[in-house]
Amino acid sequence: MEISLQEIVFFILAAVIVVCSVLAVTTKRILRSATHLLFVLFATAGIYFQLNYSFLGAVQLTVYAGGIIVLYVFSILLTSPEGDHAEKLMRGKFFAGLVAALAGAAVCIFIMVTHSFGAYRIIPGEIPMKEIGHALMGTERYQYLLPFELISVLLLACIVGGIMIARKR
Amino acid sequence: MEEIRMEYYLIISTLMLFIGIYGFITRRNLLAVLISVELMLNSVDINFVVFNRYLFPDHLEGLFFSLFAIGVSAAETAVAIAIIINIYRNIRSIQTRELNTMKH
Repeated sequence: MEISLQEIVFFILAAVIVVCSVLAVTTKRILRSATHLLFVLFATAGIYFQLNYSFLGAVQLTVYAGGIIVLYVFSILLTSPEGDHAEKLMRGKFFAGLVAALAGAAVCIFIMVTHSFGAYRIIPGEIPMKEIGHALMGTERYQYLLPFELISVLLLACIVGGIMIARKR
Repeated sequence: MEEIRMEYYLIISTLMLFIGIYGFITRRNLLAVLISVELMLNSVDINFVVFNRYLFPDHLEGLFFSLFAIGVSAAETAVAIAIIINIYRNIRSIQTRELNTMKH
């Protein structure tokens, strides 16, 4: 059996995603948890690049890995005292979480593997940036100016809300 | 060029989603819960993109929904962290065990 370069890259990314997500939810120190989340987000961006969506990968890197993780790290440093460890988990809670996650994952993966999605029609190569720009800025069918504006209003509301909630009284 | 089967991507994103759910149930720190939520959101983004790429390659819905989902999750994180910092200011702790009142 011959393994292509695509597959090698995919399996590396998959291993990074699974291992780092498990570490992100099980490690005792919250700052390490945020670092593992950063690696998961990097690997996700790698998957977007592999699927030829470089624009989305770049957005993922700048917004998620560059913006949100910095926010997390700052708030962890603000709110966690020195040498803060997660407390020992109760056995009942641990098994409840494990059983829920494993059962859900088993059901979903079973359905996914047995379901036939039909034939793939993959168009090779990159989507031209011009096409993405036109789709983002148009008002016709399959064009996305309205959600784009909605996101900007939502972000404005979040800025105002964040300042209102977090300011000193 | 040989393409990877679509199910592989879906399995990875499913695993990520349920790892996030496990963390959401078991973590005791508000920020750690938020990190688990972030994992779940990210796995859904992968699903959107993979369905777009493999099943409907001449449209761009999946790409744009992922783009907007990233924006929404950034906004959600900002507000959630503001709330968490406010909680920390009031009760000096962000463990869910000690959060039994919303008043301050």
